[in-house]
Amino acid sequence: MEFFIISMLNGLSYGLLLFMLSSGLTLIFSMMGVLNFAHASFYMLGAYIGYSIAQLVGFWPGLVLAPLVVGMLGGVFERLALRKVHKYGHVPELLITFGLSYIILELVQLIWGRTAVEFRPPELLQGPMFTLIHHAVEGLSLVWGAAPAELCQAADTAVRVVCSPFPATRGFMMLVAVCMLIALWLMLTRSRIGLVIQAALTHPEMAEALGHNVPRVFMLVFGAGAALAGLGGVIGGSTFVTEPAMAATVGSVIFVVVVVGGLGSLSGAFLASVLIGVIQTFAVAVDYSFITLAQQLGIELSDATKNNSVVKLTLSQVAPILPYLFLVLILIFRPKGLLGTRDE
Amino acid sequence: MSGSPDMKTAYALELKDVRKSFGKTEIIRGVNLAVQAGERVAVIGPNGAGKSTLFNLISGRFGPSSGEVLLHGQRIDGKKPYEINRMGLSRSFQITNIFPKLSVFENLRCAVLWSLGYRYTFFKFLADLEDANDRTEQLLEMIRLEKKRDVLAMNLTYAEQRALEIGITIAGGASVILLDEPTAGMSKSETARFIHLIREVTEGKTLLTVEHDMGVVFGLADKIAVVVYGEVIAFDTPEAVRANAKVQEAYLGSTVADAQAGGST
Amino acid sequence: MATQYYEFKPYNVGRWIVWGFFALILFLAPKVFTSSLSVTMLSQMGIAIIACLSYNMLLGQGGMLSFGHAVYSGLGSYMAIHALNMVSKGTLPIPVSLLPIVGGFAGLGFAVLFGFVTTRKAGTPFAMITLGMAELVFAMSLMFSEFFGGEAGVSGNRVVGQPFFGISFGPSTQVYYLIAVYTFVCVALMFAFTRTPLGRILNAVRDNPERVEFIGYNTQRVRYMAFIISGFFAGIAGGLGTILFEIVTAEVVGAHRSGAYLLFTFLGGATFFFGPIIGGVLMVLASVLLSELTKAWLLYLGLIFLFMVMYAPGGIASLIMMNLRVASFGFLRKLWVSYLGLAVSALVLLLGAAVMIEMVYHLQLNAAMGPTLRFVGIDLNTQSLDHWFGAIFVLLTGLGLFELCRRHYQHDWGVIQEDIEKEIKRRETL
Repeated sequence: MEFFIISMLNGLSYGLLLFMLSSGLTLIFSMMGVLNFAHASFYMLGAYIGYSIAQLVGFWPGLVLAPLVVGMLGGVFERLALRKVHKYGHVPELLITFGLSYIILELVQLIWGRTAVEFRPPELLQGPMFTLIHHAVEGLSLVWGAAPAELCQAADTAVRVVCSPFPATRGFMMLVAVCMLIALWLMLTRSRIGLVIQAALTHPEMAEALGHNVPRVFMLVFGAGAALAGLGGVIGGSTFVTEPAMAATVGSVIFVVVVVGGLGSLSGAFLASVLIGVIQTFAVAVDYSFITLAQQLGIELSDATKNNSVVKLTLSQVAPILPYLFLVLILIFRPKGLLGTRDE
Repeated sequence: MSGSPDMKTAYALELKDVRKSFGKTEIIRGVNLAVQAGERVAVIGPNGAGKSTLFNLISGRFGPSSGEVLLHGQRIDGKKPYEINRMGLSRSFQITNIFPKLSVFENLRCAVLWSLGYRYTFFKFLADLEDANDRTEQLLEMIRLEKKRDVLAMNLTYAEQRALEIGITIAGGASVILLDEPTAGMSKSETARFIHLIREVTEGKTLLTVEHDMGVVFGLADKIAVVVYGEVIAFDTPEAVRANAKVQEAYLGSTVADAQAGGST
Repeated sequence: MATQYYEFKPYNVGRWIVWGFFALILFLAPKVFTSSLSVTMLSQMGIAIIACLSYNMLLGQGGMLSFGHAVYSGLGSYMAIHALNMVSKGTLPIPVSLLPIVGGFAGLGFAVLFGFVTTRKAGTPFAMITLGMAELVFAMSLMFSEFFGGEAGVSGNRVVGQPFFGISFGPSTQVYYLIAVYTFVCVALMFAFTRTPLGRILNAVRDNPERVEFIGYNTQRVRYMAFIISGFFAGIAGGLGTILFEIVTAEVVGAHRSGAYLLFTFLGGATFFFGPIIGGVLMVLASVLLSELTKAWLLYLGLIFLFMVMYAPGGIASLIMMNLRVASFGFLRKLWVSYLGLAVSALVLLLGAAVMIEMVYHLQLNAAMGPTLRFVGIDLNTQSLDHWFGAIFVLLTGLGLFELCRRHYQHDWGVIQEDIEKEIKRRETL
């Protein structure tokens, strides 16, 4: 039971992290028609810059400053490079962000090295946020923070007690993601700039004709998207691992998320992020394979079959490709995406 | 189907109670139209009346919400554009829709391929397809762009591109041609020449054309269909339409007097 | 009566010359570059040319940006090596020289399978789908070790069976000539494809997919067929790679390989047929030579790619063609001063940047070897402030000079383009 709750929360937090990233991507795409291939690279930059700032002045300043730096870099890139290829169409735009991702990867490896760096979360967030104690006799209970050793062991060794901690970093991740969501929603719907962005989202030429400086809005949105990715990076980097490969691992997943959710749909991205996050988290923790399924059904399998690599595959081994399987299924049965609106 | 047998085969294009809504807004509100083979029909109406939407419905860009569209007696509503095109209907676009990076010759040749039976073949060379090349040469002459045969379509002037647009439309030998504002954006003299061109290339075919220029309309059309707020309020000869009180009230107004005074081209 | 106009008429002789020249180069190359490294590189180039041309069928001819082309060449490689092992065991009686065809059909088969789902969308969604597919296949390669051979990959031996007229494919020159034959045939076939109805309609789909539907063609079907044919040739490239390297590991279906195809095809030039040929040659040169020269080669590559997208999106091929066009009007002479200036200032800029990059890389990666390094004949000391300032100074000077020369060049180029327009108009009136 506690496994379910903890896994659910873990999955939710991972999904929310994915959404932090895919929302920026969706905003940039909806606005400018550019699918920012370097979005995951901004995520990685955020983690590394956050790490460096944290080394200098601490985690909390890093949490605030790193996204700003990344956002600025994003804005600069838009102004200097991306703007120049607008006129060539969408393919060159995608290509230039593709090139940027290569460059960012090389620069990161150049500055910070090719191995992972230890980006530790701050004192406050180390350790569990709460611990679920499943006592075989007394049932489920919750303890804030880490559970003291004696609570995790019953006096009678025959009684099973399982302590499942929920990391504070994950909880913080969810908090930041939710706050970011709310802030984004408020800004888009309540503020003036939000209104302009919403207008430019669907009718950029019209918005420009009305006198709004659409190129500047573009730069703002691109920078904001990058900053959001950077924020995700600080959090993701400190929770998981900060290494050069982090861009690649999360990069392809968020592209799947936006296609599955429906290109251009924020709510679709949210749904897809949470779905994929939860399913993948559960899958990683489950060791079921066809063999266990056969055992449960009482089917006897030959030794040769049991050794077959497909049959032997556990769900946890398959977990990495689940998002892509999702992608294929969606494309076959619902090509527009879960909540897709634009038909590109 | 209702009607006597020769009535059925007489209609090249027929619309039966066609309706189209986008969300809650009904753009086309029950259109009934029957065009005979070889007729030239001008579709006129105020902006936003739904003329382009009607063309889109007929040509298959999207399907009607309800109602039937029949081409030579066969239903084409809900079919894909290429299916409809293969059945003998072709259309041009208001905003020039050509293949910018191909030469004029290539543009036209692409448009003739399917009608001549060359499907997705990759075993024959284009240079060896005599019938395709001959027909393309014919078309080039018809639309008077022989001198520009190797120029990339994006480098043509606006009027030349419109001519190419028409060329692509008629290339496949379709029997029903839809022209969406073919003379849009042209000067008076260009328009006059263009109308002459349209008459020539659509000789013997059924023609529907959306037009705003009344001079063009009265000169080119056998019949006029007046579309207002998603309905056809009149479908008759130009003289009858001129005299139609509903039409005068809804749309033509003073333009009629101008056209009558200035005479048609 | 329609006038007879044969498309190749003025260039018929030219056509034979060009193809003959190409065949001659293929034939003579290993005789000129005789070292074993050269021969291997030439073999790799042949393979890369086929791969990049097959990729350009999608990108340049069809307007389809794929991030997962290595899937088809890679799966072709895998099928070919399994076939090779079957040949070695005697269960498959085909000559080794036909293995690339096996790879080709594997690529074709997988393209039929995956392409059905992939080509349902176009543009950006298509690109993302190919990315997802590529990740899927790569991840699966780590899961199914029977087919993919796990970490170690699958190896084979190409020297199998009786030598045929002395050809056993043991020596690398024999492998080269096999690859050269395949390269010539595949290039010719892919060129021929551009001259067929499907090839031309594919171009039309690239230019205006919606209009194509209104001239009777099913756009999705066109894309699907192009995808399949492209997969076939990619598989052939993969099969040739199997013969060359005799081992296939998971990286052949990896994202790096797909990215390389994209990068170099674009660099060579996607808008002209011969662009990917240049791209394929560059791909091999970069990954074999450039990577030896400097550790920062990926960074340089990324930067070059970035600048290409911004300033020369048609690639090197388009740069060549633009200058050929200027030359055909006799105006190329007027530009040589600008080009010289550009070249010199670019060199200075490059020197400054490279010195800095190399020093930083040295600090990062080779710090254990001490602060000194040698780069293009210069002794550098990463701890010496002079050297750093020197490098920055050279870099900034180069940047400034380059910008000056660029403006001058742009002005000259603009004037020449106007002159060309006037000349064209003048010729039209003749």
